[in-house]
Amino acid sequence: MNVSLNWLRELAPGLEGSAEDLAERFSMVAAAVETLEPVGQGVADIVVARVVEAEPHPNADRLTFCRVDRGADELVELVCGAPVVEVGALYPYVAPGVELPGGLRIESRKIRGVMSHGMLCSEYELELGRDKSGIMRLPDGLEPGQALTEALGLPDVRLTLDLNPNRVDLASHVGVARELAPGGEADVVLRDPGADWQPRWSDGAECASAAGVTVRIESAERCPRYLGAVVRGVKVGPSPAWLAGRLLAIGARPINNVVDATNYILFELNQPIHAFDLNTLSGPEIRVRAGQRGERLRTLDGEDRDLGPDVTVIADRDRAVALAGVMGGEETEVTPATTDLFIECAAFSARAVRDTVRALNLPTDASYRFERGIDERGPERALTRCVELILSSAGGEAETDAIRAGASPPESPVVPLRTGRVHQVLGLRLADDEVTDLLRPLGFERVEPSGSTGSVDETTADLRDGKSALQFSVPGWRNDVRREIDLVEEVARRYGYERFPDEERRFRPSSVPGDAAWDRMDRVRALLSGEGLLEARSSSFVPEDQPGGRAEVGVLRPLSAEEGFLRAAMVPVLLRRAEYNFARGRRDVRLFEIGTVFHTSADPGDGSAVRPEPDGTEAYQEELRVGLVVTGSAAPRHWSGGTRDVDLWDLKGLAGDVAEQLCGARVEPLGEDPEALGRFGGGWLGDERFRIVRDGRTLGIAGNIDSDAADAPRWAGSLWGLEFELDAVQLGEQKRYEPISAFPSVRRDLAVLVSESVAASEVEASIRAAAPKLLELVELFDVYEGEGVESGQRSLAWAFRFRAADRTLTDQDVETAMTSIIASLEEAFDARIRAS
Amino acid sequence: MSPAETSLLDRLAEIEKRGLAAIDDAGSEEELEAARIEYLGRSGAVASAFSDIGQAPAGVRPEAGKRANATKKALQAAFERRLATLLAAARREESEGADLTLPARSRWRGGTHPVTQVIDEICDIFREIGFTKVRGPEIESTWYNFTALNIPLDHPAADEMDTFYLADGVLLRTHTSPVQARVMEEYEPPVRVVVPGLAYRRDAFDPSHSPAFEQIEGLAVDEGVDFVEFRGAIQYFIRHFFGEGTKTRFRPSFYPFTEPSAEVDIECSICGGSGCSACKRTGWLTIMGAGMVDPAVFEAVGYDPERYTGYAFGMGPGRIAMIRHRIPDTRLLFDGDARFLEQLT
Repeated sequence: MNVSLNWLRELAPGLEGSAEDLAERFSMVAAAVETLEPVGQGVADIVVARVVEAEPHPNADRLTFCRVDRGADELVELVCGAPVVEVGALYPYVAPGVELPGGLRIESRKIRGVMSHGMLCSEYELELGRDKSGIMRLPDGLEPGQALTEALGLPDVRLTLDLNPNRVDLASHVGVARELAPGGEADVVLRDPGADWQPRWSDGAECASAAGVTVRIESAERCPRYLGAVVRGVKVGPSPAWLAGRLLAIGARPINNVVDATNYILFELNQPIHAFDLNTLSGPEIRVRAGQRGERLRTLDGEDRDLGPDVTVIADRDRAVALAGVMGGEETEVTPATTDLFIECAAFSARAVRDTVRALNLPTDASYRFERGIDERGPERALTRCVELILSSAGGEAETDAIRAGASPPESPVVPLRTGRVHQVLGLRLADDEVTDLLRPLGFERVEPSGSTGSVDETTADLRDGKSALQFSVPGWRNDVRREIDLVEEVARRYGYERFPDEERRFRPSSVPGDAAWDRMDRVRALLSGEGLLEARSSSFVPEDQPGGRAEVGVLRPLSAEEGFLRAAMVPVLLRRAEYNFARGRRDVRLFEIGTVFHTSADPGDGSAVRPEPDGTEAYQEELRVGLVVTGSAAPRHWSGGTRDVDLWDLKGLAGDVAEQLCGARVEPLGEDPEALGRFGGGWLGDERFRIVRDGRTLGIAGNIDSDAADAPRWAGSLWGLEFELDAVQLGEQKRYEPISAFPSVRRDLAVLVSESVAASEVEASIRAAAPKLLELVELFDVYEGEGVESGQRSLAWAFRFRAADRTLTDQDVETAMTSIIASLEEAFDARIRAS
Repeated sequence: MSPAETSLLDRLAEIEKRGLAAIDDAGSEEELEAARIEYLGRSGAVASAFSDIGQAPAGVRPEAGKRANATKKALQAAFERRLATLLAAARREESEGADLTLPARSRWRGGTHPVTQVIDEICDIFREIGFTKVRGPEIESTWYNFTALNIPLDHPAADEMDTFYLADGVLLRTHTSPVQARVMEEYEPPVRVVVPGLAYRRDAFDPSHSPAFEQIEGLAVDEGVDFVEFRGAIQYFIRHFFGEGTKTRFRPSFYPFTEPSAEVDIECSICGGSGCSACKRTGWLTIMGAGMVDPAVFEAVGYDPERYTGYAFGMGPGRIAMIRHRIPDTRLLFDGDARFLEQLT
């Protein structure tokens, strides 16, 4: 919503302060002012000029040679670039030596061989508007030589308001003035329209006739009230300069004295009004009804629109002529040839207008207001003012009889307000009078309680210290105020949010326990950051099928196919991030992410503890997962050498850290068994795969990335991935101290030859089982197959550390343990001891 | 004693004396190794003396054996000592001569996302004043996302244009506010919670929009919680997060689930309040939408609106991270660009 500062000052003569001050005050009391924009700055030396002669430029088809009267004795000759220059019309003239607002200095110069002394300019060149299609036609009635600023009420300041959706009343100058004027509503003075019209209303619930026109409301639901007036014998032409200037100042285009008057009322009083050319209406009759299938209408913007029952139309006897509350039709619009007008000023229902706008995707200034609710008690005043403005600027005669069809406007609602409630919600102790004084400027009048409110219920009494509530009548333009709390907000606003005392209050601790997921995330972040991984955060959207995984849950009307589904796994998402880094030449990528993955629910009963009743969401499951992807060097390169890439054993170590440090679980090889994959999908897994397992349940999976699952350049290293469920992370586990032995340890090495098919982990388990008490450490330090080892066999070299908690070990102790280890290996794996 | 006996014992004494001298004089590991081989090697002086013991007269052999062992031990000990000295010297020399400006050996540096850092800091501050940290689902019903929050389904905010629906009545939450309703349904006051999480709107990625974004919701409900308390709590947060003396203002606003509603601005940290493109020349940055919980919300969740009052607020940690680090484009938060993450870790 754009607001002209000059217009505001005219409406509220008591308004003091600079544009910046007023913008600041408005932001603090009502709604944010987004921008302050000077209008008509730097046009002080530009004057009104009349074109006296115009003829084609002798050497150029697209140029016009003009003689113009700029108020001086002699005419000025110039060349104009506009396609249309009307003889006798007024335009802004920039003389040689004068600068345009953009700083361009105009000089006399030859254009295609003809001297041009100055220029006629467009509203765009004057920074008054966006139209650069032609030079700016000024309203008639101005004097050549008159300063443009004086003619158009410039300079002005345009304020752009960022309105909250509940305050449609602020989409008008009166609404803004009411908030800013010290006395509010009482200080607002409307401009004298320069004519007087006192209508005699011809009322009818569904149908009313006057001045030869019949109005029929066929759906009261779509149109509660419809007012109409007839003006005959108007002369359509440019608006008076002051009116055109007002519209220009808020960025609207002046069109003609009739349409401009309706727009002026829209922006002044917030009431949309539409003027029809009476002689184009068959009947003449007006029907407010639903559109019909197959019906078409060419609207004012030149578009042919297909109507239907969702659209509410204004029709004459034969056809639809306008979209109710949205836009007029081309065939019945006011043109320079129009002499007689039918002026519509109606209250269309928010619902009806919203449906029309949605059906046709056509939001307009008028629909904005109807959709949010206009003042249903306002149409009489608005129509009267509009007719008066037209009479004064376009002449003609208004019929005294005017139409008023539909229900009478609703009574002002009366809303109670307890000062105790004000105190309870705001923490302010305000007296009845203080509250009343804060509300009155906005149009809320205190009224005496009407008879039946004698019984005050106990809570009410409580908050009123035994007195009955104050009662306020709500003005028609405040459809947003219906409840006590709405008035409490008005009190707070008018009191001023910044005037509240600065205090810190006591509190009692929350009854709501914190969600352990956050603590789990903290543990994960600490571990993985420590492992040198960077945290990524992706959006949840993925394509249905992406390398490394299919998604399950689709979005209706997605932004694009690439964002049509919600991720079902984290690793594929991180692979896209790795590719992003590859594309930027980065080889070392170590990323992790904690996020939600989405699945369709196989078991609709799942999660019923959280969702008491089926509401559609039970068809989906969401789960927090941790994913990571690593590739590239195991460590940043160092000049001393020793650089190598992340490999399988780094990944297994990472998985082991996650399993042991976070989950109390362990890592084991993951076969091809789909059961063991759990719900991880794992479409990205290559052949070297692990799972994190606890009590037989898969908590996570890890492995190399299948070559089809990521688009890696040739220079990239192998990619490794890991994904686990956040819920697997354990909390509150209290480790217990194990006594540290004060006695020395004994080391022994042992190389055993076993069949290749024997897993190292089995050998280790067997070793540990054979000497459970004394064996403190078992370390595999070499794996060898090849020369000296028979094929099908491999040598596993172990280092042991023996220690007793309570004594120094003797050679005998160690020998016994070694013998037992060797015996168990021989028995279990047919192992042979390799001479070292 | 026979000359042969004498000569063996003398020879051992001589070996020990010369050997010790050779070891102590060795100026390098190489020289030391040569001395070791000469005296202690397999065919060195000590070994040959041992083999001569066999030829010595029986009476002398024990004495000679003892002496030979002592000589070997003494030389071995000297050798170890000298080796340690030489190694230490070599190490010293090496480090004295090293170019200490050479780059250190480093490890990959990990860290949390800048948005995570902001979320954690915000929640930590609210934790200090009694807020617990909770969570809610990202897939929501229209009831929790709109209706329970006093947003009628024909309200512009519920428009399909802005909302990702998954099915009829099921959507991706458009804000974290539905968790307010969920918490109040489950617990009785006093309620003090913060709720970080992703929310979704149908905005394509551009420098200032993303279809998913982080929000932090806050809710405090109890008897006697009023607008003054609301302002006090928010100012406490701002002081601790943005720094003591940060200029703040509360402006009227509108949310269907709070009344009175407010937007909270802080003085633009980029231009210091003089006006820049980040603050749209207003000198202020809006960091929070907030207000007193609307009684209609209390009714929807079964709280007595005459007894309880409270406040709620919502913030965008992504936006705050962008302000804090002067990040010009939302997409940087989502790209997973290692260079970006390394910078802000």
